[in-house]
Amino acid sequence: MSETKKVLRIKSLYDLPREELFISGHGLCPGCTAGTIMRMLTKVTGKDTIVVNATGCVEVSTTRYPYSNWLVPWLHSAFENSGASASGIVAAIKAMKRKGIMDKNRDVKVVVVAGDGGTVDIGLQSLSGMLERKDPVMYVLYDNEAYMNTGIQRSGSTPHGAWTTTTPAGKVWRGEWRDKKDIAGIAAAHHIPYVATANPAYPMDMINKFARGLEVLNEGPSFIQVLMACTTGWRFDPALGITISRLATETGIFPIYEIDHGNFKVTFPIAKRKPVKEYLKLQGRFAHLTDNEINEIQEMVDKKVETINKMAGKIVIGPVA
Amino acid sequence: MALETVRKAIPLSTNHAIANAVKDLDVDVISAYPITPQTTVVEKISEFIAKGELDAEYIHVESEHSALSAAISASLAGARAFTATASQGFALMHEMLHIASGLRAPLVMSVAMRSLSAPISIWNDQSDLFNARDSGWIILFAHTAQEAYDTIIQAYKIAEDQNILLPVMVGYDGYVMSHTIEPVITESKEKVIKFAPKKQYPYKLDPDKPVSIGAITPPEYYYEFKYQQVVAVNNSLPTIEKVDEEFGKAFGRSYGLMECYMCEDADALIMTNASYASTLKAFLPDIRKEGIKVGLLRVRLYRPFPLQKFIEYTSDKKTLLVIDRAISYGAPFQGPLANEISGAIVREGLNLNLISVIAGIGQRTVEYEDFLALARLAYEGKKHKETIFYGVRE
Amino acid sequence: MENLVSFKEMAPGGIVVNPGNSLEYKTGDWKVLIPVINQETCTRCRICWYVCPDNAILELDKEYTTKKNRKYKISYDVSSDFCKGCGMCAQECPVKAIEMVPVEVA
Repeated sequence: MSETKKVLRIKSLYDLPREELFISGHGLCPGCTAGTIMRMLTKVTGKDTIVVNATGCVEVSTTRYPYSNWLVPWLHSAFENSGASASGIVAAIKAMKRKGIMDKNRDVKVVVVAGDGGTVDIGLQSLSGMLERKDPVMYVLYDNEAYMNTGIQRSGSTPHGAWTTTTPAGKVWRGEWRDKKDIAGIAAAHHIPYVATANPAYPMDMINKFARGLEVLNEGPSFIQVLMACTTGWRFDPALGITISRLATETGIFPIYEIDHGNFKVTFPIAKRKPVKEYLKLQGRFAHLTDNEINEIQEMVDKKVETINKMAGKIVIGPVA
Repeated sequence: MALETVRKAIPLSTNHAIANAVKDLDVDVISAYPITPQTTVVEKISEFIAKGELDAEYIHVESEHSALSAAISASLAGARAFTATASQGFALMHEMLHIASGLRAPLVMSVAMRSLSAPISIWNDQSDLFNARDSGWIILFAHTAQEAYDTIIQAYKIAEDQNILLPVMVGYDGYVMSHTIEPVITESKEKVIKFAPKKQYPYKLDPDKPVSIGAITPPEYYYEFKYQQVVAVNNSLPTIEKVDEEFGKAFGRSYGLMECYMCEDADALIMTNASYASTLKAFLPDIRKEGIKVGLLRVRLYRPFPLQKFIEYTSDKKTLLVIDRAISYGAPFQGPLANEISGAIVREGLNLNLISVIAGIGQRTVEYEDFLALARLAYEGKKHKETIFYGVRE
Repeated sequence: MENLVSFKEMAPGGIVVNPGNSLEYKTGDWKVLIPVINQETCTRCRICWYVCPDNAILELDKEYTTKKNRKYKISYDVSSDFCKGCGMCAQECPVKAIEMVPVEVA
């Protein structure tokens, strides 16, 4: 009986190992918070991981032949099949262990890294299949709210009002008019052991959520949606990636929570919310919004916060300051 | 069949024969999605697993695209992987076909050939498989259930050969072969594994030796990777022939790369594959009795095309009638096989009268009289420039 | 520029058999500004090291004693080979110990 190695959990940044498995020399934009997220993810998963990466910013920027900056085994096959690819690897490991082709005591984890395009839209089917089959895979969605790799086109994850190259702002269209797809809710509807939203501006929370996502793999899959502020697509100064990510949670636009075996918990309660204007005004993709439109967005966020508080059974995200 | 052989054989449909081959090969991972007419392949495999006769992981995928994706990643992780498909599912996984051969995944897939939508038809023709002839896979056709069983076993030995490392597809006619019962001799797992021992993908996904599979390749490199595939496909031919010979030594049955049946004394040949070949084999003695001296050139290995064998069998012939079961709309010959053969004829300077015939589209029934008529066409040896769409109501 | 070799010398299928060779692809020439870390005011909180997407903040086992006699076991330095000059480190530093200066000045 193989003993599952204890997964890294941290109480402070000092608990993080220095060893890097996602190293320098990749082509991500300066200030791309995906770099931060991938570094931390690989520190938590450790060496004994196989990463399945859907086509997207991270995949293309990190493995431009002949270079690769992943020090763990890594597979990219197509855009929409990360769930299925991960299922295949998991099945291979299981079968090979049973037949003695692979050492039974090896604890190899399979982790998917995919963007919102490859998860929420084209990848939804294979994600759903993998979750429904309860394959032990941790699926990490880095959500930059558009098809960034192909040049900032809208995706199902693009929020209301955002400019993208396929929902530009003018007289007739005012940016994206539909709401962000609740992919965490969709994942949770598969009744998997662990679903969470995370934010690199809250390092301990994000890293411990990665750890929890790995811990539950002996019971089933986990799904973690990480907000990934994109300097190029959201149009902000490259230095502001973490600041804007923090504002997303502080305004209630991106609440960070977890659903652990069905128990809903907001892991970063906010006593007094900042008004959404503070988040929107820093980003060029919202620069076209009139005060009325910003108020509309504020009302939408207010409604969403109400729903979150209802789910939590108490006020976990407070009123606007 | 000799009585001894009949005693050893069991009645199996081609689908079940393939399922038995997968079992006897001790395949590790099977990804399964149902589609007529391959469904009973994966059903039978799941029965084997449920009964404990096959130890494998069975992934109930949610589409054929995922079926091939899972099989690819499983084989790249070091497992022996299999999936089966047809028609629409085969078309849906089209992107992954090229990715499987591009990533050099050593997996095997069976294709129960069925016509492509639209209009939707569940009946047999070969439009699905011929649509993927440029996907870089090694492609073989089986014409009997026995051959399907044997070829799946050979396929793994070919795919996993460390100098080949290409996915192999075995095509056979849906319904006509997939669901009809024939006598099949199955072999013991021990003998099969001894013949085709498991050889893993050499750069498998393993934390002990990390690799990055599936990088994006700029123009300075992409061409060379594709050329690697070209070389691999072409160089696989002698190995495919050798594997078939070794199979013959191990199990007493071998098929060759191309089969020439009753063609030594004929001036005209009919070229076809799969069920039309086995049907024609049954009809040829009677056709001969009518004074029509034609032979059958059966396509077994299709990719890489065994050009030398083709030249050997046709160099002294006058006419070649090619029956295509798929349509290449608007092409010089509107049958894909005929198009390719015409290329071979020109390249080798063969003096062969090529007659292109399309038949059996959507499993339009072709009976003895029809084969007789086609044989007569070949025997008469007239020139037919236009592709003959045999049997269509014009 | 890499040495462009024959197809025979490339591992099949476009796979990278020696990942980690990205260290040859020095992205340091992207930057216009480079961070300068003030070892005096730096409290060794690790936030800049955490945030940097490019591992360009190096945590070194280099002891440092401040003018006020505060002893640190580690110091931070910037990898000019890989820093892209985004400025997230300077932005997030809680004690403003990092200043982004033009590359020519540094």
